[in-house]
Amino acid sequence: MSEHLVDIRNLRLSFFTPAGEVKALNDVTLHLDEGEVLGIVGESGSGKSVTSYSIMGLTADPGKIVGGTVTFNGHHIESLGEKELRKIRGKEVSIIFQDPMTSLNPVYTIGSQIEESILLHTDKTREEAKERATELLRLVGINEPEKRIRQYPHELSGGMRQRVMIAIALACEPKLLIADEPTTALDVTIQAQILELINELKEKLRMAVILITHDLGIVSSMCDRIAVMYAGRIVECGTTDDIFYRPQHEYTRGLLRSVPNIQDRESKRLIAIEGTPVDLLNPPAGCPFAPRCPSCMKICLREMPPDHHYSEVHTAACWLHEKAEYEQRGGEGD
Amino acid sequence: MADRANLVEVRNLKQYFQVSGKNFFKKDCVKAVDDVSFSIPRSSTLGLVGESGCGKTTTGRTLLRLYEPTAGRIVYDGEVIFDSGDVPLYDEAGNPVTDADGKPVYGKKTRANMLPYRRKMQIVFQDPYASLDPRMTIGEIVGEAIDIHGLASSREERHEKIIRMLERVGLNSEHANRYPHEFSGGQRQRVGIARALAVDPEFIVCDEPISALDVSIQAQVINMLEDLQSEFGLTYLFIAHDLSVVKHISRRIGVMYLGKLVEMGDSYEITFHSCHPYTKSLISAIPIADPETNRHTHRIVLQGDIPSPVNPPSGCRFRTRCPYAEKRCAEEEPAWKEVSPGHFCACHFADSVR
Repeated sequence: MSEHLVDIRNLRLSFFTPAGEVKALNDVTLHLDEGEVLGIVGESGSGKSVTSYSIMGLTADPGKIVGGTVTFNGHHIESLGEKELRKIRGKEVSIIFQDPMTSLNPVYTIGSQIEESILLHTDKTREEAKERATELLRLVGINEPEKRIRQYPHELSGGMRQRVMIAIALACEPKLLIADEPTTALDVTIQAQILELINELKEKLRMAVILITHDLGIVSSMCDRIAVMYAGRIVECGTTDDIFYRPQHEYTRGLLRSVPNIQDRESKRLIAIEGTPVDLLNPPAGCPFAPRCPSCMKICLREMPPDHHYSEVHTAACWLHEKAEYEQRGGEGD
Repeated sequence: MADRANLVEVRNLKQYFQVSGKNFFKKDCVKAVDDVSFSIPRSSTLGLVGESGCGKTTTGRTLLRLYEPTAGRIVYDGEVIFDSGDVPLYDEAGNPVTDADGKPVYGKKTRANMLPYRRKMQIVFQDPYASLDPRMTIGEIVGEAIDIHGLASSREERHEKIIRMLERVGLNSEHANRYPHEFSGGQRQRVGIARALAVDPEFIVCDEPISALDVSIQAQVINMLEDLQSEFGLTYLFIAHDLSVVKHISRRIGVMYLGKLVEMGDSYEITFHSCHPYTKSLISAIPIADPETNRHTHRIVLQGDIPSPVNPPSGCRFRTRCPYAEKRCAEEEPAWKEVSPGHFCACHFADSVR
């Protein structure tokens, strides 16, 4: 069996809040190979960020891994202590957050924030680290890097700050970059710049990328494979073409139908997904999407559908395929 | 007399904000909205798009006189609600009105009492988390406007009205006694819409009403806004940064850049035959949810950032990022001209860009 760079198996993670146990992740199984770009899409609260943070061991206090394993680059993340995790974070796996305004420290210069991770993970001297920081800023397309490393975050625009975040993330040439909604806070034209940059760097540095977003347009242009999450579960996973042209789960289909396409010649009425996202404190029995699903059957309310393999890489957790098979055999539908 | 087919008319609207500059004794000016003119026909939707800081929200708020305009004229349903007195009058065809000597005729300085117009002109804000008072129940929030305008003669009528509004936006009567924190983002935005509808408005400024919502909820709210428009004959000014959503909902679209309108026309024209390089790159930058198209299209990626609105570039404001920019663009501000019927553009090279 080939080794995956990231291998998450049956991961269950809960947040123990005063209001009760919030099951943020239910049985998430996911893998990622070297140099691959995986997109995770889903609504807020669907668990897309929590899944990827678990690779870094970032499961902060009320959160706890209840079951399953997370393997990254040969490390068993779930069994490592804080000390060992700190050696991996920033070196083998890095992250870019959604909001570049709040994820940079306002009282340190750009330069010192980039140097920090270089000094921590390598045995470079201060001088060498500074040189590397300048080089990194040039790599992410910031002009006059010698001047910029002495500037503070407030002196830069949103797009520039996100470039600095990327420079910090790339400082130790990680094997995996997690981009958590990297462009949500940015304007469309700046978003296009940042996405192009991530694409370029991925090729240049041969790293794997996990791109978390709610924008289907972004994943369709960037990713090799896509995982669709809903209520802490991966409901469908497959290649980009599988998801966009052969979606099997009703939630994926609904998502694709509900966004207006700029290239449509006439404007048709949008087909919305009715209802509201699930309450993870009291998740329904059976399929979590069942209450909003247009083709909900009786079994959907009772039992969670198992993953069905449509092809080697394309899986979806939906009962509909059973119905289709049943009808093909000539039986009556349930 | 203004054209009554247009519910809202805005002429040469300017909104400048003073900011403290580098020099302590001298105030700088941010020209948030600079010389913007448009009109919105009754029961239709005008979309305004642009990047953050381009002045689209300020235009919407100034239009409602939530900010006092610096200059310009705003006409609502034939009544002048603001006129700074230095904007020439136009006739119904849009030509300047002249007196016997051929000099342009100016309007009178006017500042209308806004209360009756506040009822007719409403706004739905972007952030449903910040625009609802956390200490008021949903019923109180929706009922507040009804009280201010005295639209209910008795307690029962008021209550009934509130319930009717909530039901119209897909909430139910039990929700009236709850507080905003008990609702999801999509539901809060519905409350915001119910509040705007409670006073039977004719015109609603929708200021990025769906940007803060989840994808699956966005379509619900867009559909609801469209239903309400056909039911009550509402007129919308729909402000958003997402061109695909604006194109979906609007009949006409205006594109703004650094406080100026750069292009305006029918939504079909703007998306498929745009002639301003900024509009073109804005459309090209939108990621399309179709892997096949993405493999075959080449994206125009604009270089650089939006310049500061305190010191906008001379001439054409877009020239610093424009792939077509020439010397002329720095010297001369492009005129606002009609490139095809109903399609306006401010670019020296509009014909060749197209």
